[in-house]
Amino acid sequence: MNIALLVFSILFVVVTAMGFLASRWRRGDLSQLHEWGLGGRRFGTVIIWFLLGGDLYTAYTFIAVPALMFGAGALGFFAVPYTIMVYPLMFVVFPKLWSVARAKGYITAADFVRGRFSSSSLALAVAVTGIAATMPYIALQLVGMEVVLQALGMRGEVALVIAFVILAAYTYTSGLRAPAMIAVVKDLLVYITIFAAIIIIPAKIGGYEAMFDSIPAPKLLLGHATSHSLGPQVAYATLALGSALALLLYPHAMTGVLSSSSAEVIRRNAVALPAYSIALGLIALLGPMALAAGVASLPAYAEGFKQFGANYAVPALFMHVFPPWFVGVAFAAIAIGALVPAAIMSIACANLFTRNIYREYYKPDCEAAQESRIAKIVSLAVKLGALVFVIALPSQYAIQLQLLGGILIIQTLPAVLLGLYIGWLNPRALLLGWVVGIGSGITMWAQLGFSSTTYPLVLLGTTVPCYAAVLSLVLNLAITVLLSLALNVPKAGPQDETAQMS
Amino acid sequence: MRWSKLLLLIPYVAVSYVPFYNRTPPVIAGIPFFYWYQLLWIPLGSILLFIVLRLSGPSKY
Repeated sequence: MNIALLVFSILFVVVTAMGFLASRWRRGDLSQLHEWGLGGRRFGTVIIWFLLGGDLYTAYTFIAVPALMFGAGALGFFAVPYTIMVYPLMFVVFPKLWSVARAKGYITAADFVRGRFSSSSLALAVAVTGIAATMPYIALQLVGMEVVLQALGMRGEVALVIAFVILAAYTYTSGLRAPAMIAVVKDLLVYITIFAAIIIIPAKIGGYEAMFDSIPAPKLLLGHATSHSLGPQVAYATLALGSALALLLYPHAMTGVLSSSSAEVIRRNAVALPAYSIALGLIALLGPMALAAGVASLPAYAEGFKQFGANYAVPALFMHVFPPWFVGVAFAAIAIGALVPAAIMSIACANLFTRNIYREYYKPDCEAAQESRIAKIVSLAVKLGALVFVIALPSQYAIQLQLLGGILIIQTLPAVLLGLYIGWLNPRALLLGWVVGIGSGITMWAQLGFSSTTYPLVLLGTTVPCYAAVLSLVLNLAITVLLSLALNVPKAGPQDETAQMS
Repeated sequence: MRWSKLLLLIPYVAVSYVPFYNRTPPVIAGIPFFYWYQLLWIPLGSILLFIVLRLSGPSKY
């Protein structure tokens, strides 16, 4: 057994033990859905900081962002303005959503929509969108794990299956408490790895100046506008904005935010979470570092690059520059970094299914204990589905579907976020807006060969490449607003059970 | 103070107009402007959020 694999395995065993022990932490009645699926809404500022950090900055992010910088160049850096745009939004909007959810016992965004508009079809649309957008995201966490397991020299899928069975087991027993506890270890490992990387790697390749000098010009900056196209700069800005709007609508983000113990915890975290964005920005620079180190042309990594493409850039770079024991630490950071969001995502999907599909349509009178039991079983099923997906199909499918996920989830913005502030929105208008948004988004994605989300919109003879999620959201909003005005339903009125809240 | 939240629009403006920062000079410590300018806005955004947190007093929710 090599040293990297040994260190990796020890860290993995430690977090597994923590995952199971977490059920006793801040002990609650785990047969209640808000205890299992929201940690009893008892997490304070520090735990939420670790939890959301582990939840939003996933293992796949750590692999894919530098991979995009490695392959496509500066465009991949959109992750930085994206995270800059997320936190003001979280600060302003989510304390209000939290307080409504807490007062009414809501666990999901669809719960809120159901109560706000008393429309079960709109709530169903929000729930199904959330599940559809999250499933490929879980699969992607597995892809991230697969990359490091392969780099550690483990052939086949046995290790992946074992890791996931363990994850499924402690998520089942401990609920949201497990990822909350593991996130602390994961984040410490991530920060250690990043600090080592930004000190050691530039020293080995001759400093930042030599690194950036060795990057070819088309990858160093974004292409400039020409007379007939505004070029990738517009794509860059819309990717950042659209991703920021989409992120907090994802069920796993909603679950993390709603598990806060107070609205103040959310506001403090909007101030403190950008620390992770700095880590992400530095991780993004691993892409150019891998280019400068020339890892793609080293024979030792040829097989990995053949199998995973640019996603192999970061593992190859780590193995190239770090001593074996530290490779074990860094890879454990990535693999454990996959477990935390995968657990939260499966819990979020389980909450949605149980609350907004099972209880709404099959068993309106189901008891709390039964609700919690169903959610636990669904969390297993969701993870099994993701595992089969990754093993049976090429990883490219998960990546492409996750691109679609952002386009889908952003269509819930009018109902969830605008619904929080605007009284005159009509549920039928929102539903039609959602249909048009989803339809146009999928059409654009299909026209782009399912492999890109930057749609070349032509305006007055000039090509304006935009993130398809933003374009389809504009259509959705236009329909929602115009139709709401046309239907002219004066107010949400007595149907709105959240109305007295503000 | 409700208006203090308007401060939070500043980071959006700062990173939305890409042609402003899509260039190499001025280079600092070997890092092109495109990269350090955007990285710099992460802590600046956090500082603005902290200021708004202080100005707006305890959350009303």
